[in-house]
Amino acid sequence: MKRSLLWKIEEAVMKGLMIGALVVVLGCLLLILSTVLRKGLPAMNLTMLIQAPKGGYYTGAEGGILNAILGSLYLALGATLVAFLLGLPIALHLQVYAGHSRLVEVVHLSLDVLWGIPSIVYGAFGFSLMLFLGMRASLLGGIIALSLVELPIMCRAIEEGLKMVPFELTESAYALGATRWEVAWKVVVRQGLPGITSAILLAFGRGIGDAASVIFTAGYTDNLPSSLLRPAASLPLAVFFQLATPFPAVQQRAYASALVLTAIVLTISVLSRRASEKLSRYVVK
Amino acid sequence: MEGGWCRPQSNAEAAPSRRSAVSQVRWRRLQDRLGGRVMAGMAGGAALLVVVMVAALLLRAWPILRCKPLGELLLTTSWHPLRGAFGFWPFIVGTLWVTALALAIAVPLCTLCAIYLAEYARPQVQRAAKPLVDLLAGIPSVVYGLWGTLTVVPLIREHVGPWADRLMGHIPFFSTAANPTGYGVLAGGIVLAVMVFPIIISVMEEVLCSVPDGLREATLALGVTRWIMVRKVILRRALPGVIAAVVLGFSRAFGETMAVLMVVGNVPQVPRSIFDAAYPLTALIANNYGEMMSVPLYDAALMGAGLLLLLVVLGFNLLARLILRQTARRAM
Repeated sequence: MKRSLLWKIEEAVMKGLMIGALVVVLGCLLLILSTVLRKGLPAMNLTMLIQAPKGGYYTGAEGGILNAILGSLYLALGATLVAFLLGLPIALHLQVYAGHSRLVEVVHLSLDVLWGIPSIVYGAFGFSLMLFLGMRASLLGGIIALSLVELPIMCRAIEEGLKMVPFELTESAYALGATRWEVAWKVVVRQGLPGITSAILLAFGRGIGDAASVIFTAGYTDNLPSSLLRPAASLPLAVFFQLATPFPAVQQRAYASALVLTAIVLTISVLSRRASEKLSRYVVK
Repeated sequence: MEGGWCRPQSNAEAAPSRRSAVSQVRWRRLQDRLGGRVMAGMAGGAALLVVVMVAALLLRAWPILRCKPLGELLLTTSWHPLRGAFGFWPFIVGTLWVTALALAIAVPLCTLCAIYLAEYARPQVQRAAKPLVDLLAGIPSVVYGLWGTLTVVPLIREHVGPWADRLMGHIPFFSTAANPTGYGVLAGGIVLAVMVFPIIISVMEEVLCSVPDGLREATLALGVTRWIMVRKVILRRALPGVIAAVVLGFSRAFGETMAVLMVVGNVPQVPRSIFDAAYPLTALIANNYGEMMSVPLYDAALMGAGLLLLLVVLGFNLLARLILRQTARRAM
């Protein structure tokens, strides 16, 4: 009798603690978003979005962050394209061709490990690769480093999407005499389209927010990105550099830049969910 | 010929079309095989990428590894690149302090959260919480850093610091005397803790959900409460997976750069109190990328720091993934 009472008290206490923990975690999310919104919105204006920095920008003169917005978009688009072109065949190979071989296990393990490698290490690796090739900090270098960051995310996310393709469908294709190549590209890719789309958006969202990998490789510039071989600015670094100045007016712009970055990332996150829902209407269940 | 290709055809046109059908089959087989080879090569390349990265960083760090003994590099505290002194110890300790503090905050919270989501929450709550946790994972690290400088640092400077100093100032661990600015280990730890919430929660929830329902039902049928079931059966069964989740969180926190860099103070010293400034390895690399080419051995030292990060994270990740793989196999 007594023990059951103790159990009930313990149950109530632990349940309270759990709900408290959930509230703290979700509260942090709310707090972060509200901080960015509260600080960013007053500092936001149209010039920020449509102008590149002019002379003396970092001491408070006129200008905007168009260089960083465009730079980030180019970097993330390029890196996502490269990661997609490499990641789709890898994921297809793992799902369609390889079955349950030893190689698959090794590739899965190394993709998982690659996912965990910090992006600053990708930056350092990309940087030494560029020194080896005789390149200087440039948009291309940033795209290479960022695509390495995105590759494991892309592969695993595409693979998760492809797993949803019903077994019976591929079996029927084989029964009709299709080769594995045809099954991969004509059945699995089409059927897995919702998953692939959300994988692309997920990788893009990670790529655009990543700063540590582009800090060495893409550099930073006040000019709009014009060539693959020139340095390119990026939004995360714009936030970082502007916040590091001692001038409040410039720090305000860091808040606005962070708001732009957060808005892009959140939009992509929502879009990815919506896209995979929309597209899955066209999928054979 | 192969069965599937016999179509009813008149004798006159049978021969050429049969030849074309044969060549088509050959082509499709060739495509299948060649394509498979290429894709397997790409997958193998991805698997080799880890090795290539270790090799490249080792190569770049070789000049300093060759002329300084490893013990001196890792364990001495003097960091003066211009005078040729490269002691990583303050940075290693800084990283460990921040990471340990982050885990001390994150692990209890995340464990409770994951248990709630996996065992208690109604499906609607589960479905609603998942995208929110994913959202937390998607926020860029500079935004975390910005939040840290705007919210966490002032909070520590104005409230937590003075309060801790008044209550526990005589314990060296909690003294704010050396650094009352708020930028320091505690701020870094809090920001990092929030950053590792999503990975720990999602891995742990997955692990808890993979415990078979039969165990739950059998335990509840004995008349115990839900929490007793969690404590005595579920957590024991899921323990390796829970550890793996913590290890993954550790390696994520260990390698995080921008957010930590922005709040941790960046003073190359061995911190003595949780309010002291520290200088983690990742911040060291990111802060000095500009000037490192002009000082001899400096770039080799920074690449060595990168290599150290890579190896530690690699080791911990391998450990965690192998544990998770083992538990997944056992659950089947």
